[in-house]
Amino acid sequence: MDFVIESIIKVVVVFVVVLLSVAYSTLLERKLLGWIQQRHGPNRVGPWGLLQPLADGLKFFFKEDVVPGNVDKLVYIIAPVISLVPALLIVAVIPFGAPITVFGREVTMQITDMNMALLYIIGLSGVGAYGGMLGGWASNNRFGLLGSMRSAAQGISYELGMGLTLVSIILLTGTMSLAEIVAYQQDGWLLWKQPVAFVLFIICGLAEINRAPFDMPEAESELACGFNIEYSSMKFALFFMAEYAHTISLAAIITCLFLGGWNLFGLEAYVPPVLIFLGKVFCLIFFFIWERGTFPRLRYDQIMNLGWKWLMPIAILNLIVTAGVVIAMS
Amino acid sequence: MVENFVPVLILFLLAAAFGLGTVAISSLLGPKRPTKVKQETYECGMVVDPPAYRPFHVKYYLIAMAFVVFDVEVVFLYPWAVKFKQLGLFGLVEMLVFIFILLVGYAYIWKKGVLEWE
Repeated sequence: MDFVIESIIKVVVVFVVVLLSVAYSTLLERKLLGWIQQRHGPNRVGPWGLLQPLADGLKFFFKEDVVPGNVDKLVYIIAPVISLVPALLIVAVIPFGAPITVFGREVTMQITDMNMALLYIIGLSGVGAYGGMLGGWASNNRFGLLGSMRSAAQGISYELGMGLTLVSIILLTGTMSLAEIVAYQQDGWLLWKQPVAFVLFIICGLAEINRAPFDMPEAESELACGFNIEYSSMKFALFFMAEYAHTISLAAIITCLFLGGWNLFGLEAYVPPVLIFLGKVFCLIFFFIWERGTFPRLRYDQIMNLGWKWLMPIAILNLIVTAGVVIAMS
Repeated sequence: MVENFVPVLILFLLAAAFGLGTVAISSLLGPKRPTKVKQETYECGMVVDPPAYRPFHVKYYLIAMAFVVFDVEVVFLYPWAVKFKQLGLFGLVEMLVFIFILLVGYAYIWKKGVLEWE
């Protein structure tokens, strides 16, 4: 019984924190993009626009929920939820910090420590692709259909590179549990041992969650928003939240895999590990927004070429070299 | 083992309830003023002729097939990678043969032009 209560508390805390971060990363993105483009960004609602996410959220509830006449109703309504739920489920396996002791009970800072966490992540990010695809299909709109087809093809292409990249991490650590991978990095981040995998993983991750410069599926200038074109009110907001939840979980996964999780050169003895972890995640999100403001969008054929003809061979090569080095060292 | 999934189930229920709940609340709170033009498919002012379901390029289908084949092979690499240190040199050679077969298929679809997008 204690176990269930502990789980419920952890789940609720993490859920609220993730939703708040989703809300505020929209503000961060608009602010940073504004500064990059020499604008102010949101600055009317509250000091520095700090109340903007709350105002936006509230506004979504009171907007008319337009359902076009010829959509596939059931799929149309369920698609945003299918998009959001896997994005939120991924955070279940993320270790946020070192275990702490509360009321004489050791509590891990992780919702659940699965021994196949990496498979769980890959699987859920595959399910996440269904949301956008079903949404675009159910909308019965040509822009929507085209956007969703693009999003699906791009997502699966880059999932392949991502999966191959992860294999070289598992080769070194010999485990698929994120907590154990973080523990492995106590005396040296995997970034130094696997720099190629790090770069590959960031590129594949960004393409998989359809973020700029790989934001082909919703290319505003050509597809008029792509798969979410017919969506309004809270359903649109759910797609938007799913995108940001994916961004946050990608940053958290990269932190765990390559940046040592909550380890920081021994500083974790003095600073709360959770803060170190969140700091690293913040830096990565900052980087994602920065490159969105800097890079132009790739053309679709360039994206598919990059994924299949460059990233996949490099990932396989990296995997073979890693395997050879591990054998030679042992 | 099973208890590892209890928290995931709780999180799933919470997330699904949140998603469905907010959609339901917003459709209750928002105004409802449908008009004929509003209910139409949005196509940037062009004359609409639904349905939009038309044949799309066969390329997407080929990519999906290639993905299924390669992704299944990648999944086979996971258990191998976990046990790699115990398997030693034998495991490495075995897997090199496996990856070689994968690469033959890869070279074939490349040569056949599945990866070309014009």
